[in-house]
Amino acid sequence: MSGSGKRVPVAKTYKIYIDGKFPRTESGRYFPLEDADGAVIANICRGSRKDFRNSVVAARKALDGWSAASAYLRGQILYRVAEMLEGRSEQFVAELCLQGLSRRKARNEVEASIDRLIYYAGWSDKYQQIFSAVNPVSSSHFNFSVLEPTGVVAVLAPNDSSLLGLISNIAPVIVGGNTAVVLASEKLPLCAVSFAEVLHASDVPAGVVNLLTGFREELCGQFASHMDVNAVIYCDGDVEVARSIQEKAADNIKRVIARVDNDWSDETSQNPYLIKETQETKTTWHPIGS
Amino acid sequence: MTSEAVTSANRMPDLGRVTLVDEVGVRERAARFQARSIKNESKTEALRLVLSMIDLTTLEGQDTPGKVAQLCQKAIHLHDALPGLPHVAAVCVYPTMVGVAKRALGNHDINVASVATAFPSGMALRQIKLEETRMAVAEGADEIDMVISRGAFLQGEYGFVFDEIAAIKEACGDAHLKVILETGELGTLDRVRRASVLAMHAGADFIKTSTGKIQPAATLPVTLVMLQAIRDFYFETGRMVGMKPAGGISNAKLAVHYLVMLRETLGNAWMTPKWYRFGASSLANDVLMQLRKQVTGNYQSADYFSKD
Amino acid sequence: MSTEPTKLAFDDGWQYAPAPESTDHFSIDEQYGLFINGEFVAPEEGRYFETINPATEDTISSVALASKADVDRAVKAARKAYNGKWSKMSGADRGKYIFRIARILQERAREFATVESLDGGKPIRESRDIDIPLAAAHFFYYAGWADKLEYAFPGRTPASLGVAGQVIPWNFPLLMAAWKIAPALACGNTVVLKPAETTPLTALKLAEVIRDAGLPPGVVNIVTGAGETGAAIVNHPDVNKVAFTGSTEVGRLIQRSIAGTGKKYTLELGGKAANVIFADAAIDQAVEGIVNGIFFNQGHVCCAGSRLLVQESVADEVISKLKERMETLIVGDPLDKNTDIGAINSASQLETIQSYLKVGQDEGAVMYQSSCNVPDRGYWCRPTIFTGASQSNRIVQEEIFGPVLAIQTFRTLEEGLTKANNTPYGLSGGVWTDKGAKIFKMTQKIRAGVVWANTFNKFDPTSPFGGYKESGVGREGGLHGLDAYLKLEV
Repeated sequence: MSGSGKRVPVAKTYKIYIDGKFPRTESGRYFPLEDADGAVIANICRGSRKDFRNSVVAARKALDGWSAASAYLRGQILYRVAEMLEGRSEQFVAELCLQGLSRRKARNEVEASIDRLIYYAGWSDKYQQIFSAVNPVSSSHFNFSVLEPTGVVAVLAPNDSSLLGLISNIAPVIVGGNTAVVLASEKLPLCAVSFAEVLHASDVPAGVVNLLTGFREELCGQFASHMDVNAVIYCDGDVEVARSIQEKAADNIKRVIARVDNDWSDETSQNPYLIKETQETKTTWHPIGS
Repeated sequence: MTSEAVTSANRMPDLGRVTLVDEVGVRERAARFQARSIKNESKTEALRLVLSMIDLTTLEGQDTPGKVAQLCQKAIHLHDALPGLPHVAAVCVYPTMVGVAKRALGNHDINVASVATAFPSGMALRQIKLEETRMAVAEGADEIDMVISRGAFLQGEYGFVFDEIAAIKEACGDAHLKVILETGELGTLDRVRRASVLAMHAGADFIKTSTGKIQPAATLPVTLVMLQAIRDFYFETGRMVGMKPAGGISNAKLAVHYLVMLRETLGNAWMTPKWYRFGASSLANDVLMQLRKQVTGNYQSADYFSKD
Repeated sequence: MSTEPTKLAFDDGWQYAPAPESTDHFSIDEQYGLFINGEFVAPEEGRYFETINPATEDTISSVALASKADVDRAVKAARKAYNGKWSKMSGADRGKYIFRIARILQERAREFATVESLDGGKPIRESRDIDIPLAAAHFFYYAGWADKLEYAFPGRTPASLGVAGQVIPWNFPLLMAAWKIAPALACGNTVVLKPAETTPLTALKLAEVIRDAGLPPGVVNIVTGAGETGAAIVNHPDVNKVAFTGSTEVGRLIQRSIAGTGKKYTLELGGKAANVIFADAAIDQAVEGIVNGIFFNQGHVCCAGSRLLVQESVADEVISKLKERMETLIVGDPLDKNTDIGAINSASQLETIQSYLKVGQDEGAVMYQSSCNVPDRGYWCRPTIFTGASQSNRIVQEEIFGPVLAIQTFRTLEEGLTKANNTPYGLSGGVWTDKGAKIFKMTQKIRAGVVWANTFNKFDPTSPFGGYKESGVGREGGLHGLDAYLKLEV
């Protein structure tokens, strides 16, 4: 022990998460995250267009494997994420407190986040049965409709919910076999980076979730316009944001999913229809004969 | 039987390489032929063609020389009220009736076809089948309609069936051989296709759907599969093989749709009695009624057409 | 053995006499107004345009050109009908009205089929056996849903959206109107629909049916016009939902133009479907599937199998059989019951197709067309295939929307799959093989909304239809098609 008798704590470096690795932003830029008193909590990566591009490449690469993983396995992995989050809940409570929540509220949010993961883990092998159909066509064919993941999904996470809002938007995307590129809350980014570490430790394959921090206004256009992104989910945002995202999304007929004014702590903010929003219905025909 | 000679001329085909058949797709295609609308002069032409392709048939246990002689009269005088009609292609009878038919037809240009090989079941020893074939030919049969051994085919004894057809072909001498697959007993269109290929490679001059004793007999889908097999065999070997749907084709409209299918599958080269026949007993009268209607404009009554 | 045969003869001998569908059993008005608030009314600016028969280039009728003001009238009528009777009516009663439409369509089927072929150029056999019966079936299917919506979405209470603005294309005029109107009404919405500029007549006759079925005025409004009329519908502030079927280019414009409005939308857009033939397929039926895939409706089909991917070991056999089969296709008078391929829908579409024929040859692919004669007047394109096409060719990448097939070969399943998916589109796909496991692998991996295995171009009201990627957003048909016309409340 050194002379003072008090250990100097090791501060955490908050990095972004791309393709199962934790690089700093390639741009070298950062922004300071301050607490209510203006003290710097951490320097946060100010992710760039290139970071986003690299994330999309990683997400596309991961899509084949993840979408082909069995529903059971995806459920197991989501459950594992929940377990890991439970184990590290103190860290997240502390980060939420750092970002201004009371300890009680912070604890509630972490617990709700864990429960939400469990909720979606349980849906992994059920939503298909809810939304699929065997269609009674009038010709001699067997015809059925099933859901398949839309593909690479870009997510602009909620501004006001550091962890629960983030998880509420990531879980339904990945449980359905999509891969995701997520921009964390600009205002409350700490939990996102730590949650990436949880994902990393939970058998979620590299590239399935890629997490960026940065300025929403700077990156939002890229999220909407990238030609290799199949759907964009945006949480919050006014009419102008909605207009801008949908206009850009039209370049490749991206699916646009708006989630504004959601109370992510409410029970109604978890349901299988949120999974369905990033699913495509595929209908297959085959003759019945000999 | 000189099996050496047979196998060197005709090689047993690899049935595993015969293309597969999707039943629903065949039915859809067959239905398209029935959607063709055949009107006016093309209808008249088709009806005349149908008449000329008929093998007028009687294959009953109760057949007598008298009945066969009457049928031959019908073949010669289809409907004298309508001048200029073509005559049917052949009269088709049991071997014991070949001589009767031959005499009744005299020197009219109508062939005598004889079923053989223990028709309709084919359940007899090969020696007997060969003997029966030779006898029918000796009696004057111009054409032999044999049945394949379906039991052996279904058992997978393809070599047995192949050799049998080849042997009968040899026994036919100059007579033309039609090979009846009895498709109603083969169960699937895949087997129909394979049996067609087998029969053609074994030397069949014609392939024929049915004996008429088993249901289902000829259908458009089954006939389509056989026509497609004939086409592929033609492209593979250069040899044309004829087609004879038999049983269940009793009305003129359906027969015309068979012709539509023939035309659009094998083309005009096959549109003659030399390469296409209908095995039927009551079709001729319906065609005659339609032809008469084409001339007079009036719908006809069966009372005005002779039933023999 | 005779000389090696190369060709079957289809062009001499017995031929089919003309078998024209009669046109004396119905009438087409010389001029049609706009169907607004339950009656035909004159357009405010008094402008009309002509609709012609693409097989003869003769004018059939004159049709109102709806202005922005007309569209506004139509939307107001739809809003009034929505706020009035329609949104308050029981599902069972709504269903009865839709059933009535289905029944009257069946009664007038022959007339509708004939008018469809006159106005759009498609063969009467297809309008008679496919378009019109399917349109009626669509109304029947969705009529039955009207009072059962709460069973379709577990845990949710479905509610109607309001006024639906619908813009449809010229390739299946009545059928597309049915696809749009039937679910909209079943879900309790009211409708303003614009048929395509070149094929307005069956939609206008459908307006008569809707009137005769006694639907409350304003529940369905049909306004005719071109792109500007469509834009006026899409962008009208009081439209709650936009449904569009047409080109990806226009779909993109629509997605942009309604951005920020919160309007719900479904888009059924273009396609460039691969029809993948494996060596172990039932080859004769596969050839039939290729023909049905690309020559159905003159190839004016968004889900057409316009790219043929055939495994190398059977490529020669498949292509020679395809050429043989093409010789038997009868091209000509759409009203002749024996016609397989009718007229190209419009002069401008013919021009587009012809430009691609040139592009394909310039790119080095080998063009083959059937040897049929085509009439002197009207717009025609012989069935066409290109062999030796490459993934980089425009005829492989771009939607031609005509009877033009680009053929490529592949060696392994992975190569076939990669090529099949190497497109911005994702509407449909086809797989031909006798092996079950391979079918499931392929149908699962092809990124498209509809996959036909050992068949092609099949449609049914119960079967959801719609695209992945740039082929569109949302589904039409089946239970899934209800979603487009409802909001799901907790």
